[in-house]
Amino acid sequence: MKQTLATLPVLRAKLKEERSKLRCIMVCCGTGCRARGGMQVADAIRDELSAAGLAGSVPVELTRTGCHGWCEQGPIVTFEPEGVFYTQVKPEKAKEIVASFQSGEPVSKLLFRDTKTKRSIVTYHEIPFYSKQTRWAMRNVGRISPTEIGQYIARDGYKALEKVLSGMTPEDVISEVEKAGLRGRGGGGFDAGRKWRSCRKAKGDVKYLICNGDEGDPGAFMDRSIMEADPHGVLEGMIIAAYAIGAREGFIYVRQEYPLAVEHLGMAIASARENGLLGENILGTGFSFDIRIARGGGAFVCGESSALMRSIEGKPGEPRAKYVHATDRGLFDRPTVLNNVETFINVPLILDRGAAWFAALGTDGSKGTKAFSVVGKVNHNGLIEVPMGMSLKELIFDVAGGIPKGRTFKAVQTGGPSGGCLPEALLDLPVDFDSLTEAGSMMGSGGLIVMDDRNCMVDVARYFIHFLVEESCGKCVPCRDGLKQLLEILARITKGQGREDDLDKIDSLCFVLTEGSLCALGKSAANPVLSTVRHFREEYEQHIKDHFCRAGVCRDLCRYEITDACTGCTLCAKACPVECIAGDRKQVHVIDQSKCTRCGSCFDVCNFGAVEVRSAR
Amino acid sequence: MGAFGIDDILARHVGQEQSLIEILHDIQLRFRHLPQETLAEVAGHCGVPLSRVYSVATFYTAFSFTKKGDTVCRICMGTACHVKGAQLIREEAEKVLGIGAGRTTSDGKYSLEVVNCVGACAMAPVVIVNEAYHGKFKPVELKKLLGRGE
Repeated sequence: MKQTLATLPVLRAKLKEERSKLRCIMVCCGTGCRARGGMQVADAIRDELSAAGLAGSVPVELTRTGCHGWCEQGPIVTFEPEGVFYTQVKPEKAKEIVASFQSGEPVSKLLFRDTKTKRSIVTYHEIPFYSKQTRWAMRNVGRISPTEIGQYIARDGYKALEKVLSGMTPEDVISEVEKAGLRGRGGGGFDAGRKWRSCRKAKGDVKYLICNGDEGDPGAFMDRSIMEADPHGVLEGMIIAAYAIGAREGFIYVRQEYPLAVEHLGMAIASARENGLLGENILGTGFSFDIRIARGGGAFVCGESSALMRSIEGKPGEPRAKYVHATDRGLFDRPTVLNNVETFINVPLILDRGAAWFAALGTDGSKGTKAFSVVGKVNHNGLIEVPMGMSLKELIFDVAGGIPKGRTFKAVQTGGPSGGCLPEALLDLPVDFDSLTEAGSMMGSGGLIVMDDRNCMVDVARYFIHFLVEESCGKCVPCRDGLKQLLEILARITKGQGREDDLDKIDSLCFVLTEGSLCALGKSAANPVLSTVRHFREEYEQHIKDHFCRAGVCRDLCRYEITDACTGCTLCAKACPVECIAGDRKQVHVIDQSKCTRCGSCFDVCNFGAVEVRSAR
Repeated sequence: MGAFGIDDILARHVGQEQSLIEILHDIQLRFRHLPQETLAEVAGHCGVPLSRVYSVATFYTAFSFTKKGDTVCRICMGTACHVKGAQLIREEAEKVLGIGAGRTTSDGKYSLEVVNCVGACAMAPVVIVNEAYHGKFKPVELKKLLGRGE
């Protein structure tokens, strides 16, 4: 039924009342949990509930939620409102789970065990990974079914839109967003309110609004989680923005690698239309705005705003020079506002709770919270949302649980292929838009990839340049050819053919790349290289002069040896993919160097530190 | 009336340049590649020159002119997967299937692809076989997963 300004609050109150009496079993069915059988778990629990005579009986509900952002613990099952939190659930456990739901006695085997205290924790409120977070952008993530609009509305969904359309002028909306100090979450950190204002002022009747869901930075997945788990939150932010700038048509551009996000957004758009929240005459106010989904084609460069607009137009995603502002001439050469998923999902919060509330979160220059994807060599891989300004150290060691297997921290890579690697000495830096940029990296979209002493910094630089060589659109020469030259140099260093003057060559190539490239892809492409040279120069020199990769990654520059510390446990021999480790039980094992591929599997499985990385020479 | 079985696809999309990528997605999904004979029809429908269709089809990695295998094995090469050894999985896959990344086996059964991050970083390294995601993957598991065990 189409809602109006008068009926929506009534509906919300009714839904709230109904849902406040409910007890829910929530099963995460996001991409990660699905991979590990989340859907089967949900089905098994459904069957168990009906066997126990509880299915469909008010007040019990089984909810399939979107991605919680802690996929490594999946499939995740929670009880609401109690907050009981079960990890790595298998369908066979459904009976025990339903029994525990009825009795209130937790299933101890399924509880999360804190690696530090060795204590089992019952509710997610007490798990440091969650308790240290401040989830605002991810307020509904894992708490509602993304395919049920009623559940969103009951959690104050579309309340901000209702407020906006009940008497705020577009000007009021823009100044509220400006006062909040909301900066774009996609990487650039541009002031969202200012962007909206220039677009509103721009000449022309037809204006467009775009949501950038082309989360291309490898290692970042907060936008996927948000689109999958709270699609209506994104839509509401977009509708408010469209009202502010005067757009009637909008697009959500989603990576083709995110099929579930496309599915959930599509369903959300359809139900928003049915409920009069999208399309013609929204909430009976005469304001009209509609949204379409555009699928990406698997090109990283399309995360760049002007390339993304070309892609929506049906063209190859080649960027334009930046002197043409999208707010004047963007999509189809009309004034356009483009913001990222996480930016839009903050908009309803600002309008609902007020600019002052939002501005009180975070730091002076970076307001609000930010979702980070903390992954790689940390104990708890996942999405972590905290107020801006938390230090890297707190994020990595306190919230994400530090480095596993007793290894040592080496670097954290931030900002994707446009960012850089930061060493331990800089871990006290606050994570916000400006601090990381000063250190030669950037916050970017919020991917933090943690590396330990088993990761080689030259290899990481080579990895990113290889990535960018493949993703460069080829339009401008510095990016197309400069990156290729850079890759050649880095590749030869990792092969032990580095030359004395290579670091100087890298330096001058990076300068040309930064100064001469057309778009941000090329302009920032040098960061992964420059930051590793700056903070890990001795590792480069060791590769070039000593032909040694201490991390044991560059295969031409290392070999593995088993020392006398070997207890003969045979783990390494079992792990070796080429079966080149010989030795009897309880005897020191030996690696056949002629067959060894230097994959390091033996090193990683050894519990006694008996495998060493040595120079290939 | 077209002869290539894409009439229904074209009918779903407005005949303009803007629909080009969506149409190609649908064709790719149906045929597991872009049959070259369909492209002139697409160009006609969208009102663009054939060269423009080729320009888009070759720019985006989602499209391919050679038919994908029955089983498509995709190895995520995102940063989180890279630091956790995705390269070793890639090498193992190339060895097991006997083809390089981006290729299809001559019997048309398997395609091997590498992708730049699928956003499942918290369970890195990740391998995707058709639509199924496999996290915390070890190279030794590959033979079994692809049904190519000894």
